[in-house]
Amino acid sequence: MSREIKLKTPLTDADVESLRIGDRVLLSGIIYTARDAAHKRLIDLMDAGKPLPFELKGSVIYYVGPAPAPPGKPIGSAGPTTSYRMDPFAPRLIAAGLKGMIGKGNRAPEVIEAIKRYKAVYFGAIGGAGALMAKSIVASEIIAYEDLGPEAIRWLEVRDLPLFVINDTVGGDLYQEGMKQYAEAS
Amino acid sequence: MKEIPVSQITETVARLCIEANVDLGSDVEEAFRKMRETEPSPTGKEVLGLLLKNAAIAREERMPICQDTGLAVVFIEVGQDVHFTGGSLEEAIHEGVRQGYEKGYLRKSTCHPFTRKNLGDNTPAIIHTRIVPGDSVRIIVEPKGGGSENMSRVVMLTPSQGIDGVRSYVIQRVKEAGSNPCPPIVVGVGIGGTFERAAFLAKKATLRPIGTTNPDPELDRLEREILDAVNKLGVGPGGLGGRTTALAVHIEMVPCHIASLPLAVNIQCHAGRHKEATL
Repeated sequence: MSREIKLKTPLTDADVESLRIGDRVLLSGIIYTARDAAHKRLIDLMDAGKPLPFELKGSVIYYVGPAPAPPGKPIGSAGPTTSYRMDPFAPRLIAAGLKGMIGKGNRAPEVIEAIKRYKAVYFGAIGGAGALMAKSIVASEIIAYEDLGPEAIRWLEVRDLPLFVINDTVGGDLYQEGMKQYAEAS
Repeated sequence: MKEIPVSQITETVARLCIEANVDLGSDVEEAFRKMRETEPSPTGKEVLGLLLKNAAIAREERMPICQDTGLAVVFIEVGQDVHFTGGSLEEAIHEGVRQGYEKGYLRKSTCHPFTRKNLGDNTPAIIHTRIVPGDSVRIIVEPKGGGSENMSRVVMLTPSQGIDGVRSYVIQRVKEAGSNPCPPIVVGVGIGGTFERAAFLAKKATLRPIGTTNPDPELDRLEREILDAVNKLGVGPGGLGGRTTALAVHIEMVPCHIASLPLAVNIQCHAGRHKEATL
């Protein structure tokens, strides 16, 4: 039976080691948004030996390009984008201290391996549930790459953001396991 | 001859862009409810419940159902006795998209293919025009998200692959797409025509309301067979495992060349958004 766990960022090794696939996590604290274009720029900065726009150690990146905030709201609709597009960049960030990623869809074997090796976690958010996810975001501000529009890097303050553990530190994969459990040979 | 000022087209398109993005169709919600009853996975049931909750929040707060408010795909059927006044019809449609995405706080997602620079107003729209008899204009706006579009394919099968080849290709495509296109999905299938006609038919097939049957008995049977098979793949709601991978399979078929069997699979995420109006 899946457990419900409350977690606060920044995440520690102990935090992520306690998680198992299928766990339902309510995440609170500060997280950062980044998609393909922002990831490319982060890697360019690392290659150049320059500092990143936020502290990577213990951090959580949410793969999201939110809709514009309507008046009186901190953010617009904000569900996850598909994660595989960030796969070429993720292992490098994980090795440098990134602890958590939030997205939807399968990860490459290299990412799953990095999650095990460097102790991190891949959370799945419910794709397309953008209005619901926005309810858990209490504040938002662009901190880098404003020129990327919806793809800029933002910090988000989240309260009880509802997530599922997809890939854990022992090599579990909820997408694989879940599918296996309910697949029927035809 | 009926005169329609293009400003009316702009207003209508703008309104439909917003409505489609905040107000999920009742056929989709009905399908979520029905599938929640039969879904054996507790997580799958929970996800379907969250999707219903998400749709309710979106409608109540006029927030987009999904942050990916899509490229604006606009189907327009123009009666041949209509005369548009006051400017270009296509420009009026683009302007409607521009206004709707701005006023509705919808995300702008069009960009340059190489530089990835965001164009800032979600134009150009993807416009499909048909000239039909009569003096009315029917406009359908279908905001199409990138995640599910990325999982779509066009393939030119050989004629000898036949109906079995079509069936197995579609099932394999849904399997490979897995959790990426935000299941439970609607699978739009276009068969026949040429390369581009098959793709158009597959997109058009996603517009058919869920729960309606295909008037062609052979295609109706094929739709049921494929739906049954994809729901046995185990992908489930949100891809977290379960028996609700697709809400529907819709097929459109037209004759093709003796040498080919074009097949297109257009995957629509669970946010099966489209709204229409007739002028």
